[in-house]
Amino acid sequence: MGAIYVMWLRQIKKYWRSKPRMIGSLGQPILFLVALGFGLGPIFQKAGGGNYIDFLAPGIIAMSILFSAMFNGIEIIWDRQFGFLKETLVAPVQRWKIMFGRTLGGSTVSFMQGIIVFLITLAIGFRPKSAESVILAFIFMFLIALLFTALGTAIASRLTDMQAFPLIINFLIMPIFFLSGALFPLNGVPTAVKIIALVNPLSYGVDGIRAALSGMGQFSFAIDFGIMAAVTAIVLFIGTWMFSKIQL
Amino acid sequence: MKEDVSIIKVEKLVKRFGDFNAVDGISFDVKHGQLFAFLGPNGAGKTTTIKMLTTLLEQTSGKIIINGSDPQANKDKVRESFGIVFQDPSLDDDLTAFENLEFHGVLYGVEKKVLYKRIESLLKLVDLWQRKDDFVKTFSGGMKRRLEIARGLIHHPKILFLDEPTLGLDPQTRNHLWNYVKALNKKEGMTVFFTTHYMEEAARMADNIAIIDHGKIITQGTASEITKKSRTKTLEEAFLKLTGHALRDESASAADAFRTHARAWGRR
Ligand SMILES: Nc1ncnc2c1ncn2[C@@H]1O[C@H](COP(=O)(O)OP(=O)(O)OP(=O)(O)O)[C@@H](O)[C@H]1O
Ligand SMILES: [Mg+2]
Repeated sequence: MGAIYVMWLRQIKKYWRSKPRMIGSLGQPILFLVALGFGLGPIFQKAGGGNYIDFLAPGIIAMSILFSAMFNGIEIIWDRQFGFLKETLVAPVQRWKIMFGRTLGGSTVSFMQGIIVFLITLAIGFRPKSAESVILAFIFMFLIALLFTALGTAIASRLTDMQAFPLIINFLIMPIFFLSGALFPLNGVPTAVKIIALVNPLSYGVDGIRAALSGMGQFSFAIDFGIMAAVTAIVLFIGTWMFSKIQL
Repeated sequence: MKEDVSIIKVEKLVKRFGDFNAVDGISFDVKHGQLFAFLGPNGAGKTTTIKMLTTLLEQTSGKIIINGSDPQANKDKVRESFGIVFQDPSLDDDLTAFENLEFHGVLYGVEKKVLYKRIESLLKLVDLWQRKDDFVKTFSGGMKRRLEIARGLIHHPKILFLDEPTLGLDPQTRNHLWNYVKALNKKEGMTVFFTTHYMEEAARMADNIAIIDHGKIITQGTASEITKKSRTKTLEEAFLKLTGHALRDESASAADAFRTHARAWGRR
């Protein structure tokens, strides 16, 4: 418990102290909200999709969490570069605890980032269905944070190259994001795209948030939650295994 | 514990990187409660050996037993038995000095009460108590080094690995640290495995010495045994005689070569 807690606390402290990071990572979601919300909103409405902000806000919340979570992995790369990783690797603590604490810390940070974006959508005029629905949405937001932090961390624990990490992550993030239904509904797209979207775990995370906040879900909560939880568990397991194999 | 029980046992240990043997079949024993010096020129294979002893690197072949367990087969067990001060930096620059030590203490399961007492006494020992709440990134190189050593002493392990602990430290600090380490060794029977390039430090502190060069151990024994065997007066002379005078670091920079050159010309 102690080890998981200190690993978690360290991430939180570092995030809290780095105001530029906190503020900087809000730029992209705000840009998307404003540009797409006001730019595409009228077209979306005309096409009979309903209020676009109701559709878009959950997608942008998911996006901000996805980006922040995947890039959490870079902390392992830094720790390796600056040597701190060694300190945690020789500690008399099972490595899964080290890995789990890190992942939990990163997820918490990304989750908080998602909450900030959620507050921004409120300011822009988004109105969730009810207070309970917000709690439900938070559960999906945290699952997204956990899943993609675990994925980013797993990838990072196999990379020694500081430059390669952002390239690989960007390469992965874009399709995950665009083919998740975050920006546009998936019912009208070609079958090939639809299949990709259906195997993309983020689709279910976005759908869960959207169903909770705007009542515009495609799948049932049980499916959304079940798939997210299962994939998260698998990725956490793989990540922990990869982390435990790190050599210096 | 009994005096002559081996706490570290290494047999025919090999580490190969590509087709280069960084560690080339070394064998040695460290007895419980000893101060053991592992000496050798740059690139001899000291750090690589320490990494294998401390579960960070898997050996190519050979056997290692640390406190009764194999570091690869039984990592968690072995990790419970040692502490280490690395040759390279390993602090978190974004945390304060105090937080770095606290983090370490919690990770190593040091009891809260004991922990805060030790943090205070160790920060005072390395003269950083006044700066305890400053971020490590604001520290000088020597201050970081001192903090790193303080951290290594927070939990009192059975075996302490020190990889060039005193590199870049002023003589006062070096003196303090060795006295502290020696006292811990006496009081708690802590075994100390250290490397250093200061031969007088090794001669003064070590109960036993091994000299490694090109991945092979070329001699072992007490300081006086080694000087006697090599018919020299000091350990430093013995070291130079055994390992030769040439610059060892293959990647020695142009500046180094230039300096050697300049020295040669200057001494005519
Ligand atoms: N990961 C690695 N890949 C390839 N070669 C390596 C690696 N790590 C170490 N080496 C090589 O192994 C040899 C031994 O290195 P090591 O770090 O053990 O030396 P050392 O005795 O600690 O030297 P120093 O006194 O300079 O610290 C060197 O030639 C080094 O270049
Ligand atoms: Mg070394």
